[in-house]
Amino acid sequence: MFDKTFIVSKDDWSLHRKGHIDQQRHMEKVKEAIKKNLADIVAEESIIMSDGKKIIKLPIKSLEEYHFRYNQNKQKNVGQGDGNTKPGDVLGSEGGKGSGNGPGAGSEPGVDYYEAEITVDELAELIFEDLGLPNLQEKRQQELTTESYQFKDVRKKGIMGNIDKRRTIIESIKRNSRCGNPGQTIIYPEDLRFKTWDEDIRYQSNAVVIAMMDTSGSMGAFEKYIARSFFFWMVRFLRTKYQNVNIVFLAHHTEAKEVNEREFFTKGESGGTRCSSVYDLALKIIATRYNPDDYNIYPFHFSDGDNLPSDNEKCLVLVQKLLQVCNVFGYGEIEGLYYNSSSLMSIYRKLRDPKFTSVLIKDKTGVYPALKAFFKPQGKVMNM
Amino acid sequence: MTPEEIKEFEKALDKISAKAKEFGLDFYDMRFEICPAEIIYTFGAYGMPTRYSHWSFGKSFHRMKTQYDYNLSRIYELVINSDPCYAFLLDGNSVIQNKLVAAHVYAHCDFFKNNKWFRHTSKKMVESMARSAERIKEYEFKYGRAMIEEVLDAAMAIQEHIEPRHDLGIIRKPTDDRERTRPDETPYDDLWNIGIKTPEEPPSKTRKFPLKPEKDLLKFLAVHAKELDDWERDILFIVRDEMLYLWPQIETKIMNEGWATLWHSRIMRDIQLSENETIEFAKMHSGVIMPGIMGINPYFVGLKIWEDIEKRWDKPTREEKEKYGRPGGQGREKIFEIRETENDISFIRNYLTKELVEELDLYLFQKVYTKWQVIDTEWERVREGLLTLLTNGGFPHIIIEDGNYNRTGDLYLRHCHEGRDLDLFYLEKTLPSVFRLWGRPVNFETSVDEKKILYTYNGEKIQKRTL
Repeated sequence: MFDKTFIVSKDDWSLHRKGHIDQQRHMEKVKEAIKKNLADIVAEESIIMSDGKKIIKLPIKSLEEYHFRYNQNKQKNVGQGDGNTKPGDVLGSEGGKGSGNGPGAGSEPGVDYYEAEITVDELAELIFEDLGLPNLQEKRQQELTTESYQFKDVRKKGIMGNIDKRRTIIESIKRNSRCGNPGQTIIYPEDLRFKTWDEDIRYQSNAVVIAMMDTSGSMGAFEKYIARSFFFWMVRFLRTKYQNVNIVFLAHHTEAKEVNEREFFTKGESGGTRCSSVYDLALKIIATRYNPDDYNIYPFHFSDGDNLPSDNEKCLVLVQKLLQVCNVFGYGEIEGLYYNSSSLMSIYRKLRDPKFTSVLIKDKTGVYPALKAFFKPQGKVMNM
Repeated sequence: MTPEEIKEFEKALDKISAKAKEFGLDFYDMRFEICPAEIIYTFGAYGMPTRYSHWSFGKSFHRMKTQYDYNLSRIYELVINSDPCYAFLLDGNSVIQNKLVAAHVYAHCDFFKNNKWFRHTSKKMVESMARSAERIKEYEFKYGRAMIEEVLDAAMAIQEHIEPRHDLGIIRKPTDDRERTRPDETPYDDLWNIGIKTPEEPPSKTRKFPLKPEKDLLKFLAVHAKELDDWERDILFIVRDEMLYLWPQIETKIMNEGWATLWHSRIMRDIQLSENETIEFAKMHSGVIMPGIMGINPYFVGLKIWEDIEKRWDKPTREEKEKYGRPGGQGREKIFEIRETENDISFIRNYLTKELVEELDLYLFQKVYTKWQVIDTEWERVREGLLTLLTNGGFPHIIIEDGNYNRTGDLYLRHCHEGRDLDLFYLEKTLPSVFRLWGRPVNFETSVDEKKILYTYNGEKIQKRTL
């Protein structure tokens, strides 16, 4: 036994979690990175096109470990063929993974993508963190509620998960003292105490959001996509944070009509543009269904700004009318391929109402800032 | 492995170690640890079982384990350069697989023990790393994880920039001129000079610092950065020590893997195997030496070069006999000599012949637009290309030109451009790490498309200008 130059052993490694713990830290950092890059992710096609329920996989480049390194695209690498390789032979194309075996002397080409699995809700939580309905005012009839739960009460019956350990032990000590053996802490069922919650419903003022979208011919695929991305998150946001907010969907070209949610997000239309039509309709709906004395009213309009020139003045008048009855008016203009600088935006520049907010979106990354601009809570109204 | 299998494995180890000794391999005592795949992958990701915690290790652990779970790649063993030598074997392996791995490991151990590039590596590194990891843990408790992570992130971003040859080419001579001209006769002689100005002392502001460009960036920052706390310097030295320890493994990858493959196949050939075992062995062995398309397989290329050297020194051609006076029959002696004195660079330069490049069908390839395309198969250019990739462990050579640039205490680094441009995006992302440690603006000189460019990071933004 003593002349053996080796020992073989097999230990229990089941508690060795080092790799997992550090991987968890890596994941945390990935989440932080997602948060920092929300602007890029918000308009990610796989999310907007999903039904909003399932888990989505975001292709996120795992966190880079930056160091001084050579330009991989200019680098000459050494490889090995199975005979007769000639200059000019193609080994693979970008995106396709090389079937490298073991770590070669050179670095392996190819990008290290990491699929972070995240539910739309988790993502929404990150996005909505600091959004809220701006300039919310108290109205006569209150319908909009926010619910929360508060643990205020202690009872003798309840769910084991909600047991109040401190009170239970105090009860046990008290009972034991009463029976003449102080200090003993055997717990009987009658000692158990449970924390119990109360529903805390707070009534908030009613609100209605009027989502207006330009669906005319000049709104190309890109412009529609941007508008829909915005409304997608807007609807989710309103439904998450406010139980009873009403949303009215209006689509327009030269004429406006009220549509349901599904149509709003899927229907393509064409034709010219008369934005005044949709403002007219909005005013009509407000007059008939949502009395400004009872409701906070939030109209949002998205367009490429390419309006019939003769209609512009009328639009300005109608927007001013809307501003009188609503809390905030949001106008988003999408700067597409054929963007014309003499757009509606230039007309609206004349407006000097603090309730009017407008944003100009140039690309996908503009959607998140737009959400932040329109849904700035605490009554602050920013003019951009 | 069941207890019976472990017994069988131990029996085989007797034979394997005896055979290895018979072949002339010289190794430390071995500690074989059988552990589950997850543990092997953890150690593989960290490079050492006892290393400190960092998210980047977690990331590579996850990647390696995913590849294992999807059956894309597999590590069979992990062997540690230490005395005694630790080897971690996969529990899920069959006995024959682990026999092969054990034979492979004996040869690695021989290489660690005898190759001279490993002469400075501590054979107690498992323990040293454990102590360092403990210290880092303590710092985390004291200063918070975020702080430690920030320093580790910065240090690891430049961890390749050390001087592995720190002991070579240094001629010790007195640096202080006064010492030579006026030797002290008694220990108290300096008393006579109190109050006398020493004229040789140049004003410290104009003295170039460092006097000669230095390569050891981690050490330079750890010693000379003005605003680092002691614990921060300690972390820099920890990262540096571990890199110095790992460096020879980077530099001898092809030799070392080839050497281990050569001996595992010979040892396994000489110990008795059943028919089934022989087939399983052959399967595994051929898996190990499968050539790589987008990179070379060090096991295979290394093995081929070793075999070729042995053959050429055993049975030299007439030309070799006449030209180099090679008597023949020296194959074994020659390969043991090479395993002692060379590293990958000299190994490839001296022994990758025209015939081998052609036989192995090695080529140079590059990205041409969106495709990876073979651009050259001429043997000398292929060899040069491989050497370029291996130079300085495959990392850019960066030196500290000036630690007091413009006399403002700014740092001036220079990339010694050898025909390959840097990844400029990565460069811009790495400079803040150097700034974090140096605490003052960092300048970085490199060439892009043959134009000299100076990058400057001042803590807020990157500026670049053509020189």
